[in-house]
Amino acid sequence: MKIIASRFILLSAFSLSVALSSFAQAQDSAAAARDAGKNSSAAMNPAPADTALRPVLEDFRGEAGLKSLMDEFMRGLLADKRTQPFFENADQDMVKKHLTEQFCVILGGDCQYTGRDMRASHAQMGVTRTDFNALVEVLQVVMAKRGIPFRSQNKLLAKLAPMHRDIETR
Amino acid sequence: MPTHLHTLKAALLLALAGFSSASLAQAQDDEEEDFGPDISGKLVLTGGGSQLEGSAGGGLTPWAVIGGQGTRDQIGASAFYTRVDTGDYHLDDFGVLIGINDRVEFSLAEMRFNTENVGALLGLGQGVTFKQQVFGVKIRFAGEAVLDSDRAMPQISVGLQHKRNNQSGVLAFIGAESDQGTDFYVSATKLFLSQSFLITGTVRLTRANQIGILGFGGDKNDSYQPQFEASAAWLLNRKLAVGAEYRSKPDNLGIAREDDWWDVFVAWAPSKNLSLTVAYADLGNIVIRDNQRGVYASMQVGF
Repeated sequence: MKIIASRFILLSAFSLSVALSSFAQAQDSAAAARDAGKNSSAAMNPAPADTALRPVLEDFRGEAGLKSLMDEFMRGLLADKRTQPFFENADQDMVKKHLTEQFCVILGGDCQYTGRDMRASHAQMGVTRTDFNALVEVLQVVMAKRGIPFRSQNKLLAKLAPMHRDIETR
Repeated sequence: MPTHLHTLKAALLLALAGFSSASLAQAQDDEEEDFGPDISGKLVLTGGGSQLEGSAGGGLTPWAVIGGQGTRDQIGASAFYTRVDTGDYHLDDFGVLIGINDRVEFSLAEMRFNTENVGALLGLGQGVTFKQQVFGVKIRFAGEAVLDSDRAMPQISVGLQHKRNNQSGVLAFIGAESDQGTDFYVSATKLFLSQSFLITGTVRLTRANQIGILGFGGDKNDSYQPQFEASAAWLLNRKLAVGAEYRSKPDNLGIAREDDWWDVFVAWAPSKNLSLTVAYADLGNIVIRDNQRGVYASMQVGF
């Protein structure tokens, strides 16, 4: 009797979990579609300035520090099998210039971002969550190598991470 | 016990069924199904450790994350071994889990709770061991714990842990109502990236005595009660975190008081495939012995 009861619980719990799982999947797709819909009219601000992050910019050693960070970042991206395909045929100097500007503006610096929004600039690249995370990882390693405090790294990443919604297309 | 074997078989079958349904959902969602040759796309440590019952989480409580290092494009899996030494008792705990598309997690674990000298004192026999097998399912329901740092919404998962204990005779003798039970829980996990802080809260419906090691339900209480669990981790660098956990528990048995549990831990992931957790855990009173405190050590391998 007990065994039957427990089997029943297990079975119903499992059916419930499959149903919930499908529902959750559907909800996610709907949310993604909503995001996409919103973004086709207005993509996220690719460089949301936050003057409160100026001390973090100091930790990155200002605009000059960001510039040399990007040189190392690009070398890292090209050396990593996972990210190399996205950058080997790109205008690397332009990418580095735009990234420097973007990070500088976000960290409250006196810079101007001259690139496109994240949705437009990544539309044809087919970036997945896996690809996105791989780039984050390369950036983390390079920042750590340059001795940028972990907390400051995360303050920058907290501004960049939500852009996954505009950057990922698969 | 043949029934246990049957449970394991059934669990594996269910896992397979879940796997195919998840793949189907994936195939329907995407125009081209492409898991890619690459694996382990999650950021390091964001797949969590392995909690006592085998779900991805801290040590005591599940997190809302799906275990393994797979992203939503991938499959991940992990295996763990945990040892807890509390002075009068020790626990060996091991298990495996699979995480599918960062959506569903299936886990199997076995706990072996050794009563050492207390077993002899109680007339059960020196070192008598309570074995418990746990089959777990967890589903990520909403939210993205790690990347949505601009939103307040945490990642929310629901799960169950079905547990079977092999000591039905002893359990009946001490006043437990059953040798098997199922916990249901909801977990919310949020990484506050700007603060480098990860927080989880879990509400669990359970009848388990000492998480099931002493059976389910008892003479004092035999109904499901909500319990609260929390886990907080401060990230020191990409691979190192320190934190604390708390887990409240019911008190169903007349023969022995049951206390809430807590621990403080250090978790280190030298690579994506290996993580080590060491904790100081306070498990309170466990049958005639107070102040069961000691070292919790856990190793997890996976991809």
